[in-house]
Amino acid sequence: MANIVYTECRGGQRFWMIFASLLVFVAIGGASALYMEHFGHIVTGMSNEIVWGLPHVFAVFLIVVASGVLNIASLGSVFGEMPYKPKARLSGVLAIAFLIGGLAILVLDLGRPDRLTVAMTNYNFRSIFAWNVLLYSGFIAVVGAYLVVQMTRAWQKYTPAVGLLAFLWRLTLTTGTGSIFGFLMARSPYGSAVLAPLFIAMSLAYGLAVFILIRLALENSASKGLGEELLQRLMRLLVIFVGSVAYFSGVFHFTSIYTAWRTDWEAYLLLDGGLYTLLFWGAYVLLGTIVPMAMVYGRKGVSRRVEILASTLVLLGGIAHVYVIIIGGQAYPLNLFPGYEVTSGFNDGVVASYVPTLPELGLGLGGTALALVLTMVAMRVFRLLPMGEVAADAS
Amino acid sequence: MSERSSLSRLLLVVGMLIMAMAAGILGAHAGDVPLPAVPKATGGSCVAPPDVMRRSHMSMLQHGRDLSVRQGERVEGGRLTGCISCHAVSDGKGGAVTVSSPQHFCRACHDYAAVKVDCFECHASRPEQPAKATDAAPDAPASSYAALADYAREIAR
Amino acid sequence: MTDRSQSFGCGCGCGSKPETVDAGRRGFLAGAVATGATVLAPGVTLFAYGTDPAEAATGADPKKRWGLLIDVSKCADGCTACVTACQTENGWKTTGRPATDPQWIRKVTLRDPKSGATRSAPVMCQHCAAPPCVDVCPTGASFKRADGIVLVDRHRCIGCRYCMMACPYKARSFVHEPLEDQKPHAPRGLGTVEGCTLCVHRVDKGEAPACVEACAGAGGAILFGDIADPKSEISKVIATYATMQIRGDLGVDPGVRYRNL
Repeated sequence: MANIVYTECRGGQRFWMIFASLLVFVAIGGASALYMEHFGHIVTGMSNEIVWGLPHVFAVFLIVVASGVLNIASLGSVFGEMPYKPKARLSGVLAIAFLIGGLAILVLDLGRPDRLTVAMTNYNFRSIFAWNVLLYSGFIAVVGAYLVVQMTRAWQKYTPAVGLLAFLWRLTLTTGTGSIFGFLMARSPYGSAVLAPLFIAMSLAYGLAVFILIRLALENSASKGLGEELLQRLMRLLVIFVGSVAYFSGVFHFTSIYTAWRTDWEAYLLLDGGLYTLLFWGAYVLLGTIVPMAMVYGRKGVSRRVEILASTLVLLGGIAHVYVIIIGGQAYPLNLFPGYEVTSGFNDGVVASYVPTLPELGLGLGGTALALVLTMVAMRVFRLLPMGEVAADAS
Repeated sequence: MSERSSLSRLLLVVGMLIMAMAAGILGAHAGDVPLPAVPKATGGSCVAPPDVMRRSHMSMLQHGRDLSVRQGERVEGGRLTGCISCHAVSDGKGGAVTVSSPQHFCRACHDYAAVKVDCFECHASRPEQPAKATDAAPDAPASSYAALADYAREIAR
Repeated sequence: MTDRSQSFGCGCGCGSKPETVDAGRRGFLAGAVATGATVLAPGVTLFAYGTDPAEAATGADPKKRWGLLIDVSKCADGCTACVTACQTENGWKTTGRPATDPQWIRKVTLRDPKSGATRSAPVMCQHCAAPPCVDVCPTGASFKRADGIVLVDRHRCIGCRYCMMACPYKARSFVHEPLEDQKPHAPRGLGTVEGCTLCVHRVDKGEAPACVEACAGAGGAILFGDIADPKSEISKVIATYATMQIRGDLGVDPGVRYRNL
C-alpha cells in the first residue's frame, strides 16, 4: 500500500469567500438565539402543541448526518476497506463539526440556555435525553481520540481499536437519538422500537450523501480528487442506504396502519395531512428516495452532475422526512379519550398548526453554517486531505 | 536554544503577567464606584448575622430550596417569602419596588458586585400586592390587578 | 550538548530525570492534601447536611398519596370555577391564545360521536405514580415528591420541553413570555415548563387545592384526599363506586380518577 501524504487546504480566494459568507450565517444564528432567549419563545412559531420546531429539525438532521459521515472512516478502519482509509481523517472531522453544529442549535433553543451547566451536571439516568447528552459529548471525545491516533505516526497501530470504539459509539448515539422519539409511548406517531434502526439507516444514507457532496466540492479546489471508481462505489452504496431507510420507514408505517389505534394517525399523514402528506410523498418518497435510486441504480457509471443531483435530492428528502417525523408527529393531537370527540380551550382534539418564523430558520441555518465553518478551519489548520491517492487506489 | 534566552523569555512572560495584574488591581480603584447603600430591613433580626449572610446567603438559599421543593420541608426562617417581606423596599405609593428598580434590596449589592440575580425570573421580588385596581405598581399593568380583583370577588361569593 | 540536568521534565527525551526531582515534592503535596482534607471534611459535611434536627421532622410524607376524584355527573358544562380558582391562586391567566398561553387545568368537552351525548370534565396533571414526564426529564427537574405530587423543580428545568412531548395528558405548558409579579407562593418564570402542582403550598398547610375549594361551592364535583389511606373519604368512594383513570391502559397509574365519565 502506498504511503499516503496528507496536506492541509491551501486557502485561496474561493475558500475565504465561502468562509466569510458562512460566518455571516453563524452571526445570524447567534443573533436569532439571543432574540429568542430575550423575548421568549413567543417570537417563534413553537407552541404548547408543537414544542419542537424547525431548529430541532435542523439539529436532529445534523446529528444524524454527523453520526453517518463517520461511516466512511469506519469502512476503512473497522471493515478493512483499504480504499476508504485516506478519507478517514476528513470523515472524522466532519463528524465532530456536524455534531457540534447540531448541539449548538439544540442548546440555544432551550428555554433556559444559560442553564447548560445545570444540564451538564445534573443527570436523570432514566432519561434517554440525559444519555444522549453524555453520548454526544463522548462522541466528540472518542472521534477526537480517533483522529489523534490516526494523525500520530507512533500511535497509528491503535487506529483499528479506536475506530471500532468510535463505530460502536456512533451506533449507540444514533440509536439513542431515534429512541428519544421511540420511547414516547403515549403518542401514536412515536413510541415504536423501529424508530431506532430507522435513524441508523437515515444516518448511513444522509451522512454518505453529505460526504459525497463535500468531497466533490473539495475536488475542484484541492489538487487531488476522489478516485473515479471509488466514487461510483459510494454512489451505489448510497442507493443501498436510501433503500434501507425506505425499508424501515415502510415497515414502520405498514405496521402502524395495521395497529388499530394508530390508523387515524396514518390516515392523516398519508392521505389528508396537507403539508405533511405533501412532504412525505412528494419530497421524501418521490424526490428523496425513488428519483435518486432510479438515477443511480443499475447504471454502469454516473456523471458528476448526476452524483451531485442525486446526493442533494437525498438530503432534501431527508430534511423533509425529519420534518414530517418531528413536526407532523407533534401536530397530530393526543388522544386522551379514545372513541370520543374532544374539544377544549387548550386545543385538545385539533391538529396543531405550525408556521416557522425567521428566528428559527436563522438558528437552524446558523448551526449548519457553524458545522461548515469548523470543517473549513480544520481543513486549513490540519492535514486532512490526502495526496497520492492515485497510488493507493491502484494497489 | 540556549538556556539564557529561554530564561529571559520566561522572565519576560512573568513580568508581563505581573504588569497586567497590577494594571487590573490599580484600575479597579480608578472607577470611583460607590459602595452599595443597602436598604434597611423591617422586622426582627435576620436568620444569621450580616457578615454570615453576605458570604453564605446563596448556599443557604440553595439548601433551603432543595428542602422545600424536593422534600416538602418548609422551614420557618428558611422561606424566601420571609426574606422578601422583611427586605421589601417601599416605593412611596404604599407598595414595594420590584427587582427592576435599582432600589431593590438585592440589587444594591448585586449591581455593585455585577452578579446577575437569577431568582426573580420565577420568584416574586416583592410581597404580594393587594388586588386593588388603583394600586398598580409603576411597572405592572393596571388591568391585570383589576382582572384579579374580579376573579377574587367571583369566587369569594 | 549543553547540560540539561537542571531543566524540568519536558518530554522530548533530553536527558533530565524527573523522578528524583519530583518524588519529594509529590510526597509533600500528598501529605498536605491529606492533612487539609482531614481538617476540612467534618466542617464541610456539617455545613452540607445541616445541623438543625427540627428540619428532619416535617416534609412530604411517603405514606401518603394525594389524589383527586372527579364526579363528571356533577360537572356543569359551562362552569369554569376550578379553572378560575387555579388562575387566581397560582397567578396564571389566558390571553385568548391557547397555543402559547399557560395551562394548568382546563375544561374538556367529550362528545360520543355515535350517540351525540356530551359531557364535560376538568383535566389537569394527573400526578401519575409512574410519570412519563419524570422518566424523560434529562436533569431530573420533573420529579415526583414522596407523597405523590408531581412537580417541576424550576431551579433545574432547562426548558427542553421533552416532558411536554412525553405527557399523555397534555398537562404541561411552556412559559413563552417574560413574567412579572408572580404569586410568592407559586413561582413561575420564562423558559421553564409548568403544570398543576396540586396546590402543593396549600396541601403542605393542610388545606385542599384551590380548584377543590372552588368546586365545593359550585358543583361539588372534585374530591381531594389521601388515596393511600383506606379510611379517607376519597378511598371509600373509590372502593364503593366504579371510577376510571384517563388512558389507564398506558400503565402510568394516575392519581386523578373520574366517575361517571
